[in-house]
Amino acid sequence: MTLISEQQLPSIIKRLAHQILETYPGLTNAVIVGLQPRGIFLSDRIVAALHQELPADQVVYGKLDITFYRDDIRRELHLATQTDLPFSIEGKTVILIDDVLFTGRTIRAALDALLAFGRPSKVSLCVLVDRKPSRELPIQPDFTGKEMIDASPYKVKVRWKENDGVDDVILLVD
Amino acid sequence: MALTTKHLLGIKDLTQEDIQLILSTATQFKEVLQRPVKKVPTLRDVTIVNLFYENSTRTRISFELAEKRLSADVVNFTVSNSSAAKGETLLDTVNNILSMKVDMVVMRHSASGAPHYLAKHIDAAIINAGDGINEHPTQALLDAFSMQEKLGQLAGLKVAIIGDIMHSRVALSNIYLLKKMGAEVMVSGPPTLIPTYLQEAMDIKVEYNIDKALAWCDVANVLRIQLERQNQPLFSSLREYNMAYGITKQRLDKLSKDIVIMHPGPINRGVEIDSDVADSAHSIILDQVENGVAVRMSCLYLLTGRTNPA
Repeated sequence: MTLISEQQLPSIIKRLAHQILETYPGLTNAVIVGLQPRGIFLSDRIVAALHQELPADQVVYGKLDITFYRDDIRRELHLATQTDLPFSIEGKTVILIDDVLFTGRTIRAALDALLAFGRPSKVSLCVLVDRKPSRELPIQPDFTGKEMIDASPYKVKVRWKENDGVDDVILLVD
Repeated sequence: MALTTKHLLGIKDLTQEDIQLILSTATQFKEVLQRPVKKVPTLRDVTIVNLFYENSTRTRISFELAEKRLSADVVNFTVSNSSAAKGETLLDTVNNILSMKVDMVVMRHSASGAPHYLAKHIDAAIINAGDGINEHPTQALLDAFSMQEKLGQLAGLKVAIIGDIMHSRVALSNIYLLKKMGAEVMVSGPPTLIPTYLQEAMDIKVEYNIDKALAWCDVANVLRIQLERQNQPLFSSLREYNMAYGITKQRLDKLSKDIVIMHPGPINRGVEIDSDVADSAHSIILDQVENGVAVRMSCLYLLTGRTNPA
């Protein structure tokens, strides 16, 4: 079942970029941080959309891997990917970007990971899909592509052209 | 994807994929070590005992730092002030320690095979931090990481391991690893310090002429002369060793190319390597030490992930 179609996705990404700009005009004192591994595809697109609106040097963009901050190493081993934050986040507004907000545990780990790089003045969260009824921690997004109202037994799979050959969000039987 | 082995006893037991996994995870830990806060909570509530039945500075500090940067709880044990000095057996000592809920054992022992023996009798994961003249797997892994970082890739690289091959666990682990990763390996040194069966058994080159070995290689990994493991003199004097096999600036100046100089430490300056070589721009000896922490973090992380759910 399709949650977001290939036709809908570009408008949603454009809207998210505009909402970010509306809240943080000119991205003054704000930085974009995509979460590895799969949040990067969304953050790449949002950053591309921001480049349409702003000079390139006003969009500060990094990537964060949170593997070493997870709380489930003894349940499942995750492999780490690259972290690339070549700028200070001290006193900045950090806009975290991930594809799906589910239990909230990844964002919990991301907040911990972020603090290893400094003390941001504010952290806000942008996600493509918010699976709100499945939350296990008190964490909410500030910018949402699509919110799921009902608790779903399905797995939400976000597919990207550069990785999966197609741009859409589908529901899979887990 | 996870390691194919529960323990890290030797490079001999690892697959090429295991080695690649350890090295690529170490790259991520090296980045962690550049952060303002270098500590990650990854191994919170994992308890590790460092059992050192033999002297060590670098390896013990490196393991301890790796464990602490991962937030593990660390217990240190050195044989000189322990009950082993009162006659307790290795297995009894370890079982007593494990009954206090320890998850992992990092062990150095002067007897080759000591960690392998332990692995047969206990449940906790074991990392071999050097056993006699057998293996020193984390040293070979950090050597490989340092070579890869400096020169790009291991496959096709020409590596000469020079000096006391016979008594060196670093040499054996390096040979296993480099062969598995597709590098070419040559050993060089006095005939009395190179086991005669090595060339055939390990399918490597042996070159007794040090200048020819240096001219052949991209990397020279220079080993320490291990006087403490020699029961009888195997060369006439340290000075003669330096003249015949020592890596000197004059020797390197004669080469038509620059080669990378490595040494696992501790260095006998003026014996196997001269100071102006060890401290030169082509030496990556201190990079090896720095990378050791990231590589050991990687091994600890990947082995903890192998343990069953608590």
